[in-house]
Amino acid sequence: MTAEALRHARYVVTENPVTLVAFTLFTLLVTAALFGPLLVPYDPLATNTLVALQPPSWDHWFGTDHLGRDVFSRVVVAARLDLAIAVSAVALSFVVGSVIGSIAGYYGGWADRIISRLVDTVMAFPLFVLAMGIVAAMGNTVENVVYATAIINLPFYARMARAEVNVRRNAGWVAAARLSGNSGARVLACHLFPNVLPPMMVQVSLNLGWAILNAAGLSFIGLGVTPPTPEWGIMVAEGANYIVSGQWWLALFPGLALMLAVFTFNLMGDGLRDLIDPQRRT
Amino acid sequence: MTSVPLLTIDELSVAFKTRKGTVQALHGVSFTLEKGEIIGLVGESGSGKSVTAYNVLGLLGPAARVTGGRIGFGGMTMTTARESALREIRGREISMIFQNPRGALNPIRPVGRQIEDVLREHSDLPRHKLKGAAIDMLHQVRINEPERRYAAYPFELSGGMCQRVMIAMALACEPALLIADEPTTGLDVTTQKAIMDLLVELARARHMATLLITHDLGIAAQYCDRIMVMEKGRLVEGGATADLFRAPRHPYTRKLIAATPRPDSTLADLIASTGTPARPAAEAPATAVAPNAVEPLLEVTDLVKEYPLAEKTKASGLGPLQRWFGRTPQTAGKDEPGQPPAGVFRAVDGVSFTVMPGESVGLVGESGCGKSTTSSMVARLLDPTSGAIRFDGQDIAAVPAGRFARSPLRAGIQMVFQDPTDSLNPRHTAFAAIAEPIRRLATPGDGPALTRRIEALADRVGLPRELLSRFPHQLSGGQKARVGIARAIAVDPKLLILDEPTSALDVSVQAVVLELLDGLRRELGMSYLFVSHDLNVVRLLCHRVLVMHRGRIVESGPAERLLTSPDHPYTKALIDAVPHFVPDGDPAAPTPEAAALKLAGE
Repeated sequence: MTAEALRHARYVVTENPVTLVAFTLFTLLVTAALFGPLLVPYDPLATNTLVALQPPSWDHWFGTDHLGRDVFSRVVVAARLDLAIAVSAVALSFVVGSVIGSIAGYYGGWADRIISRLVDTVMAFPLFVLAMGIVAAMGNTVENVVYATAIINLPFYARMARAEVNVRRNAGWVAAARLSGNSGARVLACHLFPNVLPPMMVQVSLNLGWAILNAAGLSFIGLGVTPPTPEWGIMVAEGANYIVSGQWWLALFPGLALMLAVFTFNLMGDGLRDLIDPQRRT
Repeated sequence: MTSVPLLTIDELSVAFKTRKGTVQALHGVSFTLEKGEIIGLVGESGSGKSVTAYNVLGLLGPAARVTGGRIGFGGMTMTTARESALREIRGREISMIFQNPRGALNPIRPVGRQIEDVLREHSDLPRHKLKGAAIDMLHQVRINEPERRYAAYPFELSGGMCQRVMIAMALACEPALLIADEPTTGLDVTTQKAIMDLLVELARARHMATLLITHDLGIAAQYCDRIMVMEKGRLVEGGATADLFRAPRHPYTRKLIAATPRPDSTLADLIASTGTPARPAAEAPATAVAPNAVEPLLEVTDLVKEYPLAEKTKASGLGPLQRWFGRTPQTAGKDEPGQPPAGVFRAVDGVSFTVMPGESVGLVGESGCGKSTTSSMVARLLDPTSGAIRFDGQDIAAVPAGRFARSPLRAGIQMVFQDPTDSLNPRHTAFAAIAEPIRRLATPGDGPALTRRIEALADRVGLPRELLSRFPHQLSGGQKARVGIARAIAVDPKLLILDEPTSALDVSVQAVVLELLDGLRRELGMSYLFVSHDLNVVRLLCHRVLVMHRGRIVESGPAERLLTSPDHPYTKALIDAVPHFVPDGDPAAPTPEAAALKLAGE
């Protein structure tokens, strides 16, 4: 089974080179997130005013900021916090959203009406403004950034799960599962839900990129993460002040990191679906 | 007839690129089609009949490549023609009708407009005459009230009407060649007969050549001048219909003819053709009724299922928006039900019947007659509006369908579904599918015991053990059907509901599956409720037959009696509509070819 899975993975990767690129970049990001503090040449928090605002050089690949901190070290170390916020927010909205969406799609009727209207209500707000409001109201902490990002992502999962469950709930194999003695909840959890996973995985991957942007956006405007913690959004925000005076590297490199992360997750979606869908295995 | 054939297919070979390398789909297929001739292209799924036909129109996707041979149409070589030239020919010279007419029509455009689109593209008619021409086409395909139907959307029409519209579109520009790809698969027998009669009559009247692709030998025999039999990408035999059925030369043709159920064949006949040795018990089903059974296993009394009609039609017959725009809802094909309370549609209207232990009862009727609703209620997947279902002495209708999963009687009633592909969870292996009811409804025991039990079930239904680890999409139709049957008998049910279990299968596979089902019933002493529209199949497997029409049982009786001398006019119409052929060329019987010739001469 594992040999077959490996063969399948190899096929998926070689058939579509973009998937290979995406997974390579993803590995890079994960490595930075897991081992970042061990790999970087400087302490990301250590200030050294002697070398403040130096352009990129062999000593400081991405240059230094106004307090003399190494930008490269800060960019690499920030990957952990940014990915952690995005992954936990997306995991939260995926779990909650797909559960309530599946219930709405499977049972229909009042459950569907109530859930769908609630989801519509969330969708009715401009999502970034809603996230700002949530963080401002609940308190300026990293957890609240996670919750806010999860809440604004939730409607996508709920709607998608509802639609995917809805088209499948009258399939022959669902009736067969009921005949086999599965109760309604079991049919939903053990039979229907695994079948709606492949399209949801694509959504998860696209959403991760979006969640990173969202978290960075919140810190950019000063919500959530507070200085001096290295975080891409704050670094871009801080660096933006120096662009006019010619210190472009402060904003550019964290911005590039952000772009790379979003790009990776967007590319990865299709590859993930191919990996997870048994129909693609022949 | 001219000396140059209309369509020449010469040593055509086609290959497909797939993940596992190149697959040769056609190996040097050659035949010709004269003007005005109707040819049947017959074969089982995967035989290459559709590939051949699609290739004529250049409709195969980019993965396909013509590796040899040519297709000549008129003076043109289709295989090398440019796409723009092909586009000219499609629709004007060659047109096509498809298997699923509703899927082939644009759902958001009125059907009359869609006919106009074809005319606008391919004819020189002036604008103001288009509507008249479209209505005239609807008239020619015998749609009632063509002026009104002109504005109808496909979803407002029945399947048969949609196919008529497709025919109207296909014939609008007077093509010289019509390709019909399984035009009546999925339609009821009576509709099938009406559509095929219409198609052949129009073809004869217009002297139009027709290439009919079908898996149903009965249809081919009844309507075609010549028949080409295909197997695995090769043309194995071709000839005049009468000759082919009188003296088939190729073993595959013989096998195909033998495997097609006829009004006089027995299961042993069918199975002999497939090369599988028949089980000794496979005799006529009538001998196998449990003689000493007195208590019926299943007793259904006055079963009724009502569905509320949509609210807008309940109040005034018109929704607010429709009232505004002055449009009337058209529900063609849905007939007026009996006399149910206002605002309610009775799908099943007071049905009563019994099934004895060990007995096999057929439930026959056309789509929409309520037979599937009835079987779903008996299977306790659906709650009846009123009525009683007594199973094994207990009223199971009293338990709501939602809670029946936990009832101890759940294992007693199992079901084999119509579409083997649709009835298997795409993410479960064959093993998991068969194990599911055992895990939920019986004591599965430890791992090795469960494996042994499932392997025994696989052996019993003739599924090779090594296929148990495969996913449904890796299995063939027949193998999937076997998985479905193994799953249904896994918990030793007393009543097995068979919902058209073979309608999605090829005839030779159907023969084997029917024999398997018959054998299993004898060995395990199950009762069958066999839901089907195919009377020949029902006759093979059932002791008694119930005929349903518009939610009621209109006739019931022993299978042999009911199918040879039906009383009710509906049963008669149903039996008459079954396509038939006379394999031995019995001179006493009026051969369909003779009738067809007569028609052509008029």
